[in-house]
Amino acid sequence: MKDSSRRGFMGKAFGAVAGVGAVASLYAMKKSWDPLPSVKAAGFTTLDMSAYKENELVTEKWRGKPIFVLKYTADMLAKLTEQQKARSIMINGEGYLVNLGLCTHLGCIPSYNPDDKSFLCACHGGTYDYTGDVTKAPPPRGLDIPPFKVEGNTLVLGEEGPEYKNMKANGVTL
Amino acid sequence: MAHFEKAKSLHDWLNQRLAVDAVRRVMATEYWIPKNINFLWAMGMILAVTFGLLLVSGIFLLMYYQPNVATAFDSVNYTIMKEVEFGWLWRHIHGVAASVVFLIIYIHMFTGIYYGSYKKGREMIWISGMLLFVTFSAEAFSGYMLPWGQMSYWAGMVITNLFAGGSLHADGLVEWIRGDYVPAQAFLNRFFMLHVLLLPLAILALIGLHFAALRIPHVNNQDGEEIDFEAEAAKYKAGDKAGSKVIAFANDFMSKDMMVVGIYLVFFFYLVFYHYGFAMDPVNFDPADGLKTPAHIYPEWYFLWSYEILRPFPTDPGLIAFGFAQVIFFLLPFLDRSPNAVPASRRGLFNVWFWVMLVDMIVLTAMGKLPPEGIFSTIGLVAAITFIVLWILLPFITKKEKEL
Repeated sequence: MKDSSRRGFMGKAFGAVAGVGAVASLYAMKKSWDPLPSVKAAGFTTLDMSAYKENELVTEKWRGKPIFVLKYTADMLAKLTEQQKARSIMINGEGYLVNLGLCTHLGCIPSYNPDDKSFLCACHGGTYDYTGDVTKAPPPRGLDIPPFKVEGNTLVLGEEGPEYKNMKANGVTL
Repeated sequence: MAHFEKAKSLHDWLNQRLAVDAVRRVMATEYWIPKNINFLWAMGMILAVTFGLLLVSGIFLLMYYQPNVATAFDSVNYTIMKEVEFGWLWRHIHGVAASVVFLIIYIHMFTGIYYGSYKKGREMIWISGMLLFVTFSAEAFSGYMLPWGQMSYWAGMVITNLFAGGSLHADGLVEWIRGDYVPAQAFLNRFFMLHVLLLPLAILALIGLHFAALRIPHVNNQDGEEIDFEAEAAKYKAGDKAGSKVIAFANDFMSKDMMVVGIYLVFFFYLVFYHYGFAMDPVNFDPADGLKTPAHIYPEWYFLWSYEILRPFPTDPGLIAFGFAQVIFFLLPFLDRSPNAVPASRRGLFNVWFWVMLVDMIVLTAMGKLPPEGIFSTIGLVAAITFIVLWILLPFITKKEKEL
């Protein structure tokens, strides 16, 4: 009896040590797969907004992902609805689309047609208007807007400025 | 220590230490196989041989492949294909085998479904087989990433995005799987590790389990006849080889298996030498570019049916339907409520169910390849719904089945 309770204690003690070890190694394994600090540090991009031409889509790169930048013409700016205005970024009186160029359905890159001013994702036929708002399913929502901060005539991607926080709070982007 | 005698021969020396005679009996000369099984039962052996081909060709590719985003593409398309002598042979064997292995797996699966080989004590054979199918799928997908071409990159992008869970927006999980915001160096390295080490280890272990699961219930037969293996084996061992319903696996039954394997290998190497292109996507001969999507993204042919189940629905229902398609085959032994383990042709409604399911999956495969436009997306939607409805109907159809 004394022996078996000793064995039982040894068993439980080993179980406890092994349990702590198992949880600790799972934690280490989880953290090993996290993005490296160098990957995270490279997560900022600065754009000079005065360089863009009207109704001409430029694809920039941020965190390895394509970023669409489109400067609106005066006509496009005038036609904005309230919902579209909320998605647009205003810098020095000029309107811009700055969106993540990945379809919100499964992550393909949509293409821009400057004539009818809309985006088409050929993979599954989703379409977006020139503010990146979804106009035809399957995409569940408009193109996502990357975290940005307006600094004079430049835009810093990867940093959350007040305009971006506002968009997030209003549910314009995720 | 056990008692050892001076060995009379090398065989005797080994026998005392490794029990080679006993192992041979259990694995071969007294492993009993029913006589009334046709060539479809040789698919297991064909799969074992194909897996061997994948392993050997993979080892040779591994000697020159470089898991680096800057050099991976050239290490495959230049170094292995042009510089390494016979490098093209290993690549074509590996590529063709990776594709053909799924064709054989599907034949193996549908043979099992047709003859009811997943029932009455054979559930573990079916479940371990399905685990092998899923692991092979992960192995195929991780291998597809390695040449780091356009289709590799975008398949990696799309498939990892599925883990965001649609409206759940688990983007953190997706970034964790990739180790980066997009598929990049960390992603390539860890998929390389999965492809050459972790998943092959899992496959080897599961093959062991799959074989072990077969040992006690024994292999099913063409008539679904319940054989008393011990009585029949005794008859065989007593010399009545013609009267016994079973036959020793080696060397007697193996000769038939090997003949089927021989015919298969002729077909296999015909593909390797003359038609290897079918297993290589032309888009994957462009290097990966994170800023340009190919016009149509589609998986390899063997994933098309489940891809097409995802595609015609909006994001969330699509993901649910996709998840359903991935797990539902596991439940087959429990959804089939009939006690009959006989060929589908003798099971009435189940026979209809079997052939409709087979045709539906072929239709899904064809629609998955075509662009999702007009009539094709309608056919795809109908076929995807048919797939789900068939599985819902299965317990009701089989419950009504008369006992044979």
